[in-house]
This record gives sequence, C-alpha cells and structure tokens, in this order.
Amino acid sequence: MPAIRWRRARLAAARAETPTARTLVFDVVDWPGHLPGQHVDVRLTAPDGYTAQRSYSLATPGGVELTVEGLPDGEVSPYLVEELAVGDEIELRGPVGGWFVWRPDTAPVLLVAGGSGIVPLMAMIRARRTAGSTTPFQLVYSVRTPADRYYGAELDRAEPGLTVTHLYTRVEPRRRIGKQDLPGPGPDVFVCGPTGFVEAVADLLLDLGHDPARVRTERFGG
Amino acid sequence: MGIISRGFRGRPRDDHGRLPPGQYQVYDFPVLSAGPTPRIPLDQWEFAIDTEAGRTHRWTWQELMALPQERPTVDIHCVTKWSKFDTGWQGVSLDVLFEDVETVAEYALIYSYGGYTTNLPLEDLLDGKAWIVHRFDDEDLEPRHGGPARLLVPHLYFWKSAKWVRGIRLMNEDWPGFWETAGYHNYGDPWREQRYEGD
Amino acid sequence: MHLDGNALAGPLGEIFAVDVTAAVGRCAACGLRGPVAALRVYDAGPGLVARCPGCEEVVLRLVRGPQEAWLDLRGTVSLRIPLQ
Repeated sequence: MPAIRWRRARLAAARAETPTARTLVFDVVDWPGHLPGQHVDVRLTAPDGYTAQRSYSLATPGGVELTVEGLPDGEVSPYLVEELAVGDEIELRGPVGGWFVWRPDTAPVLLVAGGSGIVPLMAMIRARRTAGSTTPFQLVYSVRTPADRYYGAELDRAEPGLTVTHLYTRVEPRRRIGKQDLPGPGPDVFVCGPTGFVEAVADLLLDLGHDPARVRTERFGG
Repeated sequence: MGIISRGFRGRPRDDHGRLPPGQYQVYDFPVLSAGPTPRIPLDQWEFAIDTEAGRTHRWTWQELMALPQERPTVDIHCVTKWSKFDTGWQGVSLDVLFEDVETVAEYALIYSYGGYTTNLPLEDLLDGKAWIVHRFDDEDLEPRHGGPARLLVPHLYFWKSAKWVRGIRLMNEDWPGFWETAGYHNYGDPWREQRYEGD
Repeated sequence: MHLDGNALAGPLGEIFAVDVTAAVGRCAACGLRGPVAALRVYDAGPGLVARCPGCEEVVLRLVRGPQEAWLDLRGTVSLRIPLQ
C-alpha cells in the first residue's frame, strides 16, 4: 500500500447544512475508499504559491464528503463555505486515521458529539445503515441551538436501533453535558469535538466506570 | 507547487517593505506552543546565567524588577509565516544582565521552564539586540505568551524568543536546541528565510 | 490547548506506508503504553510535538519542511504497528 499523497479533488455538489455550514461533495480520481471516522487534510494554494492546510472529517462512508463550518476569523473555512464553486479544485490528502474508526461489530456503540464533532460520528451512523447493521447505536449530540444541528432532517427520521439525544447549550433548557446524559459501561465509545468538550466528556465517562480502552476520542482544535 | 484553488487568497500578504520574505502581517497574536503552559509562582521564579567556567549569576523576580527597565517596540516574525509589527514590551536588556558576567564563550543555550531550549551565538544577545521581557502591550505578560518572563530577540525567527525563560548557559560550542535538533535552521534569520535545516 | 495523535495521521501518512495512529508506543520517560492517537499533540506550525498523556514528556517530534520531513522518535521505546 503506497503512502498517502495529495490528490486533486473537484467539487461536484454542495448543500447547506446550516446558515454557516456546508457539506461539500468531491470527485477524486482513484480515491482508495475510506472507513467511517477517518479524515482528510485539505490544502489550498494561492496563485503566488502560498498554501494553507486544515483537517476535516469525512461525513459518509460512501463518498468524499466534508461538512465545513465557516469560522468568522478563518482563513480556509470561509473560502470552502462561501467561495468554492462546483467545478473548482482543491487538494486532499488521505484518508487518514486508523484508530478513530468504527468497524461493524456486535458491541453497542455510544457516540458523543460536540458541535462539528458530529461529522465523523455521522459517517459511522451512515455506515451502520449502509451495512444493514442492527448494532444498537446511541448518539448524544451537544450543540448551541437547534439551528446549528448538522444533518437535522436525517437524524430526526426514526431509525431502528439508533437513539438520538440533543443537548442545547444556548437555548432553554441550557445544558452542558453531564453524567445523567450518558449510559454506564458496556458500549464502545467515540467522542469527538473541541478539545475542552472531549476532555470533559472523557472525565465523565471514566467517573461512570467506562473502560478507558473502549473510549476513543478525537479532538478538534479550539 | 500544488494545484491552485480558484479564488483562494489566504491572509493578506501585502509587502510594506517591513515584511521578510514569505511572511504575512497579522494584527492578533497567535499562540503556538511545543507543550503545556508551565505555571511558575513568582516567589519561586529565578533567572540564571551559567558561564562556561562554571560560575552562575542568579536573579530573583524582585531583583529583575529592580534593574533598569526598557520598553522596546519591535517587529516579530514567526517561522509559521506571520509577522506582527510594532509590538510593545517591557523588560531588562541582556546587556544589563551581562554587565558583571565574565565570559569568553561564543554560544548560548537558552533554557526554559517546561524543558524548551534554543541556541544562538552570544553576540546575537548583546548590543541592544535582546531583552528578558515581562510585560506586553502595557500588561503583565500572559502565561500563554510566555509569562511571567520570556526572551525577546526579534531579529531572529520567534522560536528563538524562548517563552518561560529560565536561564542562559554559555558554551564554547554550539548546542542545537529543541527545534534546531528537529529540522529547524540553526540560526533563523528571517531576512534570509532560514526556516529549516539546509536553507 | 492541544490536539491528539489523530492529527498526526496525515503528516505521518506521508512518511509511512501504513497508518501509524493505531500503533502502540511506550513512552521512554515513564513507560506508559498507548496508541499514537492518544498522544497530546501540540501544533507549533511546521513543527508538531507529541507528548505522553501520562507524564507530558516528548514522545515524538515531526517537522515538515517544503522538501523533506524530520522525524524524531527518541521519546518512544518502540512502536508496535499493526499491518493490514
């Protein structure tokens, strides 16, 4: 297997998830396929050779799709959300990340998402559906307001064996995630979101008696 | 060179003549770190200069504050390509700290609380080129920016301006520091774009 | 604030032909074993520093220049790397 390299990616389609976030669908020649939970590194090059690089998780197992939040002071995300048009090209490196990955198994799964941490966990939910798996999945999704949810319509559709709980931090009842929102030990756990969120949830899970070896985390900066 | 993405500009990179090659100007103050922020209580803080002959000169926080203070305003340049103009600091010139230090050493190894090190020729610390600073922008230097005190040596890339500075070891031979042993350039002159080993 | 070793997957993937984030290493300073993905990663620009989540000592350093990369693994006793 050759080492991963940068590949050209052409934007094939885009759809808004929220007023500030967009899902980008790319055509990538010779894409080797990927596992749910993996991510790619995105590189943009300006005409004078200046480059900027960021990492984004793949949102689905079935194609190269990224969901990007436009950050107010961002350098790359505003370009990806507002400027990049169908037919334009960027470069991707990947797929990368072999540890924060769900492989179909019989063990039930707990997914805990903070903000844009939902993206790789959604890839896992979609992979479960595509595989026709009946493994029990529980998603706890902490986000500021209902309008900030990604994949809202899809998560609202009832799906056998998947339970979804939303926690809103900026609208009533304002709640930060707590022990009462999480089950006890048993499932394999995936936690993803900003570093502070992931560390807080990891502490809650340890307090609840979860085996640290069965908790996998991915921290986004910030 | 990679594929150019239509319409991507990146951060403003206008050249005012004050920008070294490859740099762009920022107006905030990015925080980059090689590790967690150490917390050093001022009553335990000390700064040392260790000579090649084995003599150590030490200053407590009070002693540092009692020395003549300067308020340099300088441009700073990070190897990650951002530059910030007219940054205002307060601290003690290395010329003051070296007044009573007897040495014939040519090299210095800077060491910090938390384990960071960086190296440079001793002459790059003297003659008004460097300070131990403890205030930035008229406020106490924040821990995430290197407080209580950091080295400021603005004519080199900012990885040489060691945060949480603890001391200077004077040596007869050059001793590459934390990043210099991992692929960064040994000297780091932004005007000659000396970012990596071999540049 | 730090990231975790998942952030090393891309940069190390350019060097190694297999994914290294699932590799299990032992910290040379304190002996703690764990996956590379669980290391505390500090991103200092072209330099990435990965520290032991137990003792914070440096386990791995990676500097990515335009034409080459420098990898320092002296903080690791060894890495056990799963091969597909």
